[in-house]
Amino acid sequence: MFAYVVRRIFVGAIMLVVMSLVTYLLFFAAPSDPARFTCGKNCSPELIEQNRKALGYDKPVFVQYGQFLKGVFVGREFPDDPELKKSAPETIAECPAPCLGYSPLQSDTVSSLIATAAPVSISLALAAFILWMVLGISGGVIAALYKGRLIDRALVGSALIVYSFPTFFIGLSLYIFVAIKWQLTPIPVYTSISDGGIGPWLYGLFLPSLTLALIYIAGYIRLTRAFVLESMGEDYIRTARAKGLTQRRILGKHTMRAALTPIATVAGLDLGGLLAGAIITETVFNYNGLGKLAVQAATTYDLPTTVGIVIVAATFIITANIVVDVLYAVIDPRVKYS
Amino acid sequence: MSEIKRDVEFGAGTAQETLAPEPGATQEKAITGRTPWQLARARLRRDKITMVVLAVVALAIVLAILAPILSIIGVLDPETFHPELIDGNTGGLPLDGGGGLSLQHPLGVEPGTGRDVLSRIALGMTFSMTVALSATLITVVLGTVMGLVAGLLGGKTDFFISRIIDMVLSFPVTLMLLALSGMFIDIITKAGVPAGNPSNGAYIVLVLGLFGWPTIARIIRGQVLSLREREFIEAARSLGASNRRIYFKELLPNLWAPLLVYGTLVMPAYISAEAALSFLGVGIKPPTPTLGNLLTYSVNYAAADVTFFLFPAIAIAILVLSFNLMGDGLRDALDPKADR
Repeated sequence: MFAYVVRRIFVGAIMLVVMSLVTYLLFFAAPSDPARFTCGKNCSPELIEQNRKALGYDKPVFVQYGQFLKGVFVGREFPDDPELKKSAPETIAECPAPCLGYSPLQSDTVSSLIATAAPVSISLALAAFILWMVLGISGGVIAALYKGRLIDRALVGSALIVYSFPTFFIGLSLYIFVAIKWQLTPIPVYTSISDGGIGPWLYGLFLPSLTLALIYIAGYIRLTRAFVLESMGEDYIRTARAKGLTQRRILGKHTMRAALTPIATVAGLDLGGLLAGAIITETVFNYNGLGKLAVQAATTYDLPTTVGIVIVAATFIITANIVVDVLYAVIDPRVKYS
Repeated sequence: MSEIKRDVEFGAGTAQETLAPEPGATQEKAITGRTPWQLARARLRRDKITMVVLAVVALAIVLAILAPILSIIGVLDPETFHPELIDGNTGGLPLDGGGGLSLQHPLGVEPGTGRDVLSRIALGMTFSMTVALSATLITVVLGTVMGLVAGLLGGKTDFFISRIIDMVLSFPVTLMLLALSGMFIDIITKAGVPAGNPSNGAYIVLVLGLFGWPTIARIIRGQVLSLREREFIEAARSLGASNRRIYFKELLPNLWAPLLVYGTLVMPAYISAEAALSFLGVGIKPPTPTLGNLLTYSVNYAAADVTFFLFPAIAIAILVLSFNLMGDGLRDALDPKADR
């Protein structure tokens, strides 16, 4: 078990390094000049050259990537110039490890931009996760228990219909109609726990997380329904019934246990993909999370920030993969590590 | 998952193999062998929902093909402005205070321009479905080739391709599509595609294909790995069949069913993706209509002109729902034992 976990983490780390290299090359080795995007509208040739030197874009791209890696592990300084540090230390931007780069457009390190935005995205992802797991799994169990009846069709059908609409349409409908026009809920604004406490935090999260959850619920209802039906056909369920267990006990102890294992796998992967920001939902509700930061970075050609977020997102996804595989082996004793 | 790449692997229920004799078939008739395709067709005919969505999909495809022709001969009119139907004082809302629905304009007129909404949605379907279908073709072809090569060659090649698959699946797709757009559209334009919407469209098609193939490749690889060990391959080999014959005559015919099913399920994901990317500002831009950019434009009038906000969304939902249900139905028909 331990050896398996270590090996998975090792392989995951290698994959992350390769991915960061590919990402770096994609954005920084493109035919367009990265220094040209460092100063927006007030670019002058001198400023471009100054930024090019300060950010290290004058060096070959593989050397740049080496510096980037060094920054991740030990931190770095922009510009990396010992003489300048002696003469004018105030012009140097410190970027302590883990340094993912420096965004000249935002005059801040990418790590601190991400650290500011991450709590918003993580809150949103967790709230949505809880909503869709509770609603999706209970919906799926009900659908399976009443298989073929009206309630089954209604649940599966309505979930599928909601799933067919674009996310931003659902989000904007909730925002424009439920919150603004009919005023059924307060206008969703993100308030961190440290600013307003748990109540306002949950209040602000309600509509955005509902939007995200609605997209996922359809899948989970169908998945739960399928797994519950499958495990209800197993022999050990017949045995349980034959020995006189109540329907409730069979469902709770025998059926759900078998059905939840595969659902946990899918859920872990979905959550991992969401932690790095729900781009559309955050844009719709104007939440300053990683997704919105990414959109902003992409539309202003803020390459260091874009690369940073891509790498963080990939880290979340790869980690989720490993966690899910290990968890699966823990939950399901039949799984062999190989 | 990111919101664009929706999981296409969810299945519903358990398929039941109840092939009662068809109505009208005489019981005395000798039992004749039926090909897998005949069996699938028989199963499909019994599945009412799938038959309905098949009809809807067929209708949508016919409409999408006809829309440009109808626009040229003047039945549909997606480009003419009708300033007389909109009210300048309310910022260009239709005059009747609603969506401007009338006999000439059954789905109303567009706020701000007065263009016919029905015509724009019909032509928008043409462009959206062209984009989605082209991207689906790239996805399926690339996925099949990579899956086949990985599954058949095995060893180092398999390892290498599998790692590429893992890696592509680990990228945050929505973000990549958004972030790469500026740079890649430049490259596409420099490669000779006309600037503007042709380049924007080509970009969407290419990146959706490039980030979409791993799922298909994984499925095909899995299929090849299990088929490779089956008796009929062994039989073919022991009869002295060449590798080429085994690949193309023995393996490939067995892959049509999963390809058809997953191809059908990729299509709606790409229709949604086009809409989502339009909302984020990437993709084909007005005046060329797509379902995505129509819906994005209608967002500005969501509260004031509800029908104009609803119709493009409903069009997208009908397409996505029909293709998804069609994919599910095909899977049940073609592969009743499929593991789900």
